[in-house]
Amino acid sequence: MIEVNNIAKAFNGKEVLKGITASFTKGETNLIIGGSGTGKSVLLKCMIGLVRPDQGNVLYNGRDFYNCDKETQQSIRREMGVLFQGGALFDSKTVEENVRFPLDMLTDQTIQEKQERVAFCLQRVGLEAAAKRMPSEISGGMKKRVGIARAIVMNPMYLFCDEPNSGLDPLTSVKIDELIKEITEEYQITTIIITHDMNSVMEIGQNIMFLYQGSKLWEGVNSDIIKTDVPELKEFLFSNKLLREMER
Amino acid sequence: MSVIGKYFIFLRTLFGKGEKMSVYWRRLMEECVGIGVSSIFLVAIVSTFIGAVSCIQTAYNLVSPIIPISTVALIVRDMEILELAPTITCIVLAGKVGSNIASELGTMRITEQIDALEVMGINSSSYLVLPKVVAAMLTFPMLVIFSAFLGILGGYLAGTLTGVITERDYLYGIRDSFVPYNIFFMCVKPFVFGFLIATISSFKGFFTEGGALEVGRSSTEAVTNSCISILIADYLLAQLLL
Repeated sequence: MIEVNNIAKAFNGKEVLKGITASFTKGETNLIIGGSGTGKSVLLKCMIGLVRPDQGNVLYNGRDFYNCDKETQQSIRREMGVLFQGGALFDSKTVEENVRFPLDMLTDQTIQEKQERVAFCLQRVGLEAAAKRMPSEISGGMKKRVGIARAIVMNPMYLFCDEPNSGLDPLTSVKIDELIKEITEEYQITTIIITHDMNSVMEIGQNIMFLYQGSKLWEGVNSDIIKTDVPELKEFLFSNKLLREMER
Repeated sequence: MSVIGKYFIFLRTLFGKGEKMSVYWRRLMEECVGIGVSSIFLVAIVSTFIGAVSCIQTAYNLVSPIIPISTVALIVRDMEILELAPTITCIVLAGKVGSNIASELGTMRITEQIDALEVMGINSSSYLVLPKVVAAMLTFPMLVIFSAFLGILGGYLAGTLTGVITERDYLYGIRDSFVPYNIFFMCVKPFVFGFLIATISSFKGFFTEGGALEVGRSSTEAVTNSCISILIADYLLAQLLL
């Protein structure tokens, strides 16, 4: 379980996050939604330690990420898997080497053990045939799947996904969403997904948090979100013409 | 001033808690190939022609009957050893290696590859930059020795093939009044310049923010700042060591 307490962050005097408090449940897909520039990615970066918040704390199973010793912080980092928006694959390494990278760097496993684990993760995301290809030779959807394989290779307890559907066609988006949900339930990971994709909200949003101008405006499950009476959330949800007509 | 302070803080992070030695060794070998071996052809072309031009132009200026023609070779040798091989070669390398390092790290930054390393708990600056710095400090002196050899050879070829100096005079000139200490001085320069080029370019690339435009800007700044630092360091080294 991950808890964020009163997280605030400002850049050059501009408040991007205004005292966000939330908790994210283990074994479920937790979604943070909101329009562009509402602070979703900054909140994610505060949670994974890439941006230090101005106030507040982040607790990983009770361990305060910003107020603990370096060893504890390092061990928390090693329990995280992060899928970045563009995949963030290392261009000079093959798909297989990208997935093996955390094992090479952070473990003392034998080559055989590493190969087995990499093969398992690539098979789990359906990319065993692309193992020897370079990131430049694979599609955007495949890059995301390689990113997921790399994120789960260390058996993480926490999985963070920053807009996993961005730049993907609707069908591939659904597949990526399903894969993340399956992995979350299978390994009982605490998964946090940043998205503004309504398909993801409706398909896999078990716990949803809506951010608006740096503040949390709504929290709930996907079955309740349609019935919301929060005007900003309604505007966000029904910005799509088809959904507007469905609402009527 | 804040940029200089940030640069020194960045240098300190290079020597922070690192990864396994085997990882660094592999990275160092990769960088030695990327920085050193891949620059051999460029260094060879530049050095040979600079040596050739130095010989022709020196001979053109030395027309006095009281100065022996072998002095042309002596001047070519000393120019190559003291200045052309270490400084001009390193300025050329600042263009090639410096822009390469800055654009590589800048692209890694904007595509979140550096963030990915940091999230894994890896000291990204140490992992990415330290092998580049060590590789530059190791390979630049070798490239400069190679450059000096080819420069003197280029002078020999140009001088003898065009008839401005005989083979005998050239070979006599390059051995005349030779100061072995100059070779040491020639090797110290690229060692220092390699450090400056690799760290300045890495610093520029590592802190790139934005997109493709900013990567290009970082790359340009890396080359210009490296060249300026080479010229300043060149003067300081000459003042201190000669």
